[in-house]
Amino acid sequence: MKDNRIVGVSVPRKEGRDKITGRARYIDDMTLPGMLYGATIRSQIPRGKIKSVNFSSGINWDEFVIVTAKDIPGENCIALILDDQPCLADGAINHPEEPVLLLAHSDKHLLPKAVAAVSIEYEPLPAIFTIADSERGREIIWGADNIFKRYLIEKGSVDGIWERAAHIVEGEYTTGAQEQLYIENNGVIAAFDPEQGITLWGSLQCPYYVHKALMALCGLPAEKVRVVQMETGGAFGGKEEYPSMIAGHAALLAMKSNRPVKIIYDRMEDMAATTKRHPSRTRHRTAVSQDGKILGGEIDFTIDGGAYATLSSVVLSRGTIHAGGPYYWPSVRIRAQAVATNAPPHGAFRGFGAPQCLFAMERHMDRIAQVVGLSPHEIRRRNFLKVGQTTTTEQVIGEEIDLGKLLDRALELSSYHAKQAQFKKENVSAGIKKGIGIAAFLHGAGFTGSGERYLSSVVGVEGIANGNVRVLVSSAEFGQGTKTILCQIAAEALGLPYDNIEIGQPDTLEVPNSGPTVASRTAMIVGKLVHSAALGIKQTLIANGMLDQAYSAEQFRDACRDYVATHGRFRSLARYQEPGNIYWDDQNYRGDAYAAFAWAVYVAQVSVDLTTYQATVDDFVALQEVGKVLHPVLATGQIVGGVAQGIGYALYEKVVWKDGRMQNGQMTNYIMPTSADLPSIRVFFEETGNVHGAFGAKGIGELPMDGPAPAILNGIEDALGVRFDSIPLLPEDIFAKLTAPLGEQFHPAGAR
Amino acid sequence: MSQARESRSKSEISFTVNGLVSTVRAYPMERLLDVLRGELGLTGTKEGCGEGECGSCSVLLDGTLVNSCLIPVLQASGARITTIEGLGEPTRLHGLQKAFLECGGAQCGICTPGMILAAFHLLRKNPDPTLEDIREGLAGNLCRCTGYAQIFEAVAEAARRRDVS
Repeated sequence: MKDNRIVGVSVPRKEGRDKITGRARYIDDMTLPGMLYGATIRSQIPRGKIKSVNFSSGINWDEFVIVTAKDIPGENCIALILDDQPCLADGAINHPEEPVLLLAHSDKHLLPKAVAAVSIEYEPLPAIFTIADSERGREIIWGADNIFKRYLIEKGSVDGIWERAAHIVEGEYTTGAQEQLYIENNGVIAAFDPEQGITLWGSLQCPYYVHKALMALCGLPAEKVRVVQMETGGAFGGKEEYPSMIAGHAALLAMKSNRPVKIIYDRMEDMAATTKRHPSRTRHRTAVSQDGKILGGEIDFTIDGGAYATLSSVVLSRGTIHAGGPYYWPSVRIRAQAVATNAPPHGAFRGFGAPQCLFAMERHMDRIAQVVGLSPHEIRRRNFLKVGQTTTTEQVIGEEIDLGKLLDRALELSSYHAKQAQFKKENVSAGIKKGIGIAAFLHGAGFTGSGERYLSSVVGVEGIANGNVRVLVSSAEFGQGTKTILCQIAAEALGLPYDNIEIGQPDTLEVPNSGPTVASRTAMIVGKLVHSAALGIKQTLIANGMLDQAYSAEQFRDACRDYVATHGRFRSLARYQEPGNIYWDDQNYRGDAYAAFAWAVYVAQVSVDLTTYQATVDDFVALQEVGKVLHPVLATGQIVGGVAQGIGYALYEKVVWKDGRMQNGQMTNYIMPTSADLPSIRVFFEETGNVHGAFGAKGIGELPMDGPAPAILNGIEDALGVRFDSIPLLPEDIFAKLTAPLGEQFHPAGAR
Repeated sequence: MSQARESRSKSEISFTVNGLVSTVRAYPMERLLDVLRGELGLTGTKEGCGEGECGSCSVLLDGTLVNSCLIPVLQASGARITTIEGLGEPTRLHGLQKAFLECGGAQCGICTPGMILAAFHLLRKNPDPTLEDIREGLAGNLCRCTGYAQIFEAVAEAARRRDVS
C-alpha cells in the first residue's frame, strides 16, 4: 500500500453537490404525466381467513383502480429465497399488516377516505407473538413446526468439557426489534407499457432483487422489467427486501390501469408494515478453566422471523457464525433457529444477525470474568483468537491481527484504568453513577460461505465518448459513499484524476448485476471487481497500440475517445472468481465463512442518574481494524453513524407491540437519538492489509452496529453493580430492577 | 387535508420564495411543504415524518426556522420564505454547503437541506457557536446516517471561516 494518490484521500462525494443543494432526485421528487397514487389496504387481525371484502357506499368506486390477488398475472409471491410471502393476501392472513387490496386514484387526497371505506370480514384464528410460544408450537403457523431454518455448528466435542471445567457459566440474553428509521420512507413509481413492460423507479438497495421479484409477479421476461434506483434517503437494510413488495404493488396497479402509479408510504405505515431488526434470544453455557480460558460451550441462538421466511435464514446464518465472537473455542456447539410469529416479517438491518448474538457474547464475557474473578479486559485477552487458530467454523485466522494490541490501544485511548478507578471512588457518594464497559467483536465482510460464488457478481467499466471512464454497477448509493469509493478505486487503478471517472444511478437496463448492496460487500468484493474491470480498459488500449504503458490523463482521454469513435461501445467486464484457497461446507457449516473479518474494540463510558433512571453515554471510543481505509471522512462517518444507531438500539429505541402490531410507529414515540443525546464518538482505525479487497479494503458498514450495545450495558453494570441482559434498556427497566426486592436484584452467576 | 378540501375552496396566496414573488392557488389549509414541492417544484424541501419531529422539511419563514409540514399555506401569505434552493447552487455553493461537502455532513442527503437551513438559522443568531450551541441548535433536526458529528464539524468549520453569508 504505497503512495496511493486517490485511494485513502477524502475526495468530494460524487453526488455531494446535488445533495447539499437540494437538487438530488429522490423518488417523491419525481412525477410522471397522468400518474396515479396508490394506497394499500392491510389486514386488521394477526391471523385468520378472509371471509369477504366490502366496499361501502358514498365513494365513487368507478374512479378507483382496484387490485386484488386475482389480478396478479404471474405468481402471487415476493420472490426472494423460499417465495412463501404473498404479494397480496389470497384468503389467508398471517400478520396484522398483511396487504389485502390496492387502490389507486389520480387525486391522492381521496385515498384515505376510500381506504377507510373498505371493510374486511374475517374468520379469526389464534395467533402467536413470542419466540417461546412459537417454539412450543402453541399454534403451528408455518410449515410443520414454525421453524424457518436451523443451523448446527459443531467444533470438536463439548461432551467431555463440563467435568474438566473449573467454572460453568450460564446466561440468557435478549434483544428487541429495531426500526431502521431511514428519514426517507419507502416509495416507488411503476409504469407499464405492453411493448416495453414494467419500469420501476424507487428508493432501494438492490435493483436486481426487485427485478427478479417483478419478473415472477408480473409474469414478464427479464428484458421487460427495468428497475432504476433513485437517490435513496437512507436504507440500513430496510430497503433490501421490502422494496420488492411495494414495487410489486405499484406494478400491479400500473398494469391494471395502464397509467404510472406512485406509492409513497407515510411514516406510520412505513414503521408498522415494513421490516425491522429480528428480536432474539441467546443462551450461553460455557465451560471455563481455573485461569479463565474457555474450554468450550453451548450457544443456543434464536431469532423471531415474523410471519414469512423472507431473509431470516440468511440473517440467522450470519448470527450463527458470529455467535462465538472474536474468541478461540476449542470446542463448541451452536444451535440456531429462526421461528415464525404472527408479526410482519423481520428483515435486514445493518449487522444482520450479528448485533444480536454479539450482544449476548459480550455480555456473557463480562459474566465469565466475574465468575472467574478476572477483569473484563483480562478475560478477553486470554481468549482472543490468534493468528493460526480457528474460529467456530474452523476457519483458520490467516490475517495479521493482534487483538491484544487492539485492546491495549482501546484501553489507552479511553483512559480505561484511570476512569474505572475514579468512578469507583466517586460512585460511593454520587447520585449519578458512572461506569465503563468494553466490547470486542468481529464482522465478516461479504456474503457468508459460498454466497459470493452463487452471486457471481459482474462489474463493468466503460470508456465513453468524451474520453472519461464510467463505472457500471448495480451497487447503490444510499449514504455510505458507494459512488465515491468505486470511482476512487477506478481512478487509482487507471492512474487518472478522480474527476475523470463517472458513475450513474443503477438502472438494470444499463448496468450488470454487481449483486445486492448489502453485507459490507461493496468496498471489498465490488471494489475489487471495479479494479479488475478498470485494468481491462487500460490493457485493451495498450494492446491495440493506442496507449503506451506510461501515459498522461490527456493521452488516456484521447485514446479512449479514439477507441469509442472507431469501435463503438467500449466495455470491460469483470466477474467474481472465488479465491482458490477458500473452502466452505454448507452441509456442516464448516470452513471459511468470510474472506475477511473486520475487528474492533469499543469502550463506552456511561452514567446512570438515580433520580431519573436514565442511562446516558458520556464518551465513546471506537477502535477498529478494517483494512485499508479508502476514504477517511466517509469511513469515519460510517463508524460514527453506526455507533449512534447502536446507542439507540441499547438505550432508546423500543418497538411496542400489541398482537403483532407496532403501537408506536411515529417519530414522536419511537425515539432515536437526537444531536443532544449522543456523546463524543471518537473513531480510530488500524489498517492492516487484506488481499481480498481493492487496495486492501475490507467491509466497514455493519461493523459499528455490533459493539455499542454490549459495551454500554457492560458499562452500566460497572456503574451500578446490577446486571441487565436485555435491550433496549429504558429508564423504567432500570427503575424496576433497582427498586425490586433485594432477592430479585442480584442473580448469582451459574458458578459451581 | 381532505376535510379542508371539502369545506373550503382554493385561494390565491402570495409570498416571496428565495427572493421571488410567487402566487399560488391552493387550499388555505394545505401544508406549506406540499405547496413548495408540488406547486413551485422546490423539491429540495423533504418530508420525513409529517408531524414536525424530524425537521427534514425545515424552511425559513420571515427568518424563523419552521417545519413546513406543520404550516398551513395561508399562514405563509405575505411572508418571506427561504428554501435550500435559495441558499446556493451546485456551481456557487454557500459557505455552509461547502463545509458540509468537505466535512462529510451529508450522507444519504435526505435530512441535509433541512439541516443546512437549521445551521444557517443558528449562525445568523449566533455566528460564533460553541459545540454545545450547535448541538442544541440542531436538536430539532434528525439525521439517521451521520450520528451528527460531521454535521457539527461542518457548522463549526463554516463559522470559523466566517463563510456564512
